[in-house]
Amino acid sequence: MTEHDHHDHSELSETELRVRALETILTEKGYVDPAALDAIIQAYETKIGPHNGARVVAKAWSDPAFKQSLLADATKAVGTLGHVSRVGDHLVAVENTPKRHNIVVCTLCSCYPWEMLGLPPVWYKAAPYRSRAVKDPRGVLADFGVSLPKETEIRVWDSTAETRFLVLPMRPEGTEGWSEQRLAELVTRDSMIGTGFPKTPGAPS
Amino acid sequence: MNGVHDMGGMDGFGKVEPEPNEPMFHSEWEGRVLAMVRAMGAAGAFNIDTSRYYRETLPPDIYLACSYYQKWLLGLEDLLIDKGFVAATEVAAGHARVPAKPLKNGKFTIDDVGRIMVRGKFERKPSAPAKFKPGDRVRAKNMHPATHTRLPRYTRGHVGVVERNLGCNVYPDSAAMEAGENPQWLYTVVFEGTELWGPETDPTLKISIDAFEPYLEAA
Repeated sequence: MTEHDHHDHSELSETELRVRALETILTEKGYVDPAALDAIIQAYETKIGPHNGARVVAKAWSDPAFKQSLLADATKAVGTLGHVSRVGDHLVAVENTPKRHNIVVCTLCSCYPWEMLGLPPVWYKAAPYRSRAVKDPRGVLADFGVSLPKETEIRVWDSTAETRFLVLPMRPEGTEGWSEQRLAELVTRDSMIGTGFPKTPGAPS
Repeated sequence: MNGVHDMGGMDGFGKVEPEPNEPMFHSEWEGRVLAMVRAMGAAGAFNIDTSRYYRETLPPDIYLACSYYQKWLLGLEDLLIDKGFVAATEVAAGHARVPAKPLKNGKFTIDDVGRIMVRGKFERKPSAPAKFKPGDRVRAKNMHPATHTRLPRYTRGHVGVVERNLGCNVYPDSAAMEAGENPQWLYTVVFEGTELWGPETDPTLKISIDAFEPYLEAA
């Protein structure tokens, strides 16, 4: 039983009716088991999310050998971490440095590293970000309240194939000796897309 | 195709508006649409490139006016009708009316959920050596296929440098049209911002795309 079963028909929008109709057809024709659809949604809601990427970043901040292997072959490196959900091929990690800042976009659709970051936010899939990130990334960063020194190189990665990109942000200062778990709490979703920075220790969240 | 989906470099769409504490789905139906697309794809009704192509072929005004998951719904309906899995009369009626068409991988059941949570593999055995290597200068071809392609318009005709060979991968331009996987070498190609957007552009800007070999020529 899913939530939509509790609503009265009169409350349903045209889109909701259309979605429900299609699901009815697919079920009646024996193409899908509706319980399997429930399970897909539940898997997305519980198994994926930015916590996966945050653990990878925190590990890279703490373990130089892991960082090196992550930058060399992210799919392989992430695969060695038993506690992070499995990823398929084609993951590339790109490192922010004082000289270079990376930003990820998909101008053609919505390609995004789901296993690392979860489902993309609406802004990532919408026209303002997709159109401007490749031409005016500093303007886009300003929309996020973020600015970079004007001499910092900006590298935009347009995800035009099945390669998925994870930004490895710079480790915040003042975190010497922190555990991976504590470090992971500083890693934001946007810092792994390149439209933000990790949280600063001690700053209000 | 030169559609509105190919929006890199367009102006006029306004500011990016991040939503604090954004939920995974804004309405319950969005999750149902996502799940139906994933399930029918895994059952073998279509591949990922075909599903992208169907969203791109939505009329431009619809594409721009619809929310993300509305586009997914409309693309899915069109695709299932075109491929004969669902009849237009069924969509209108909201019920099955004609016999089902067999799915390549059979009915999608709860046992299939685990495998769709792992990304697919797109790398394939090459049939020829790679034409380009890291450091090579290449030009994105001035090509305008009317069907699906992953070469963004803003790069066409421009010169960049091959940075990484990503292996030989399923070629979306063929796969989307159900013309086979036709694997091609794939490269990360980096362009200077000034090469793409002109001399007034921020000189610190570099943009890369992942480009299949048929998109490129030596420069």
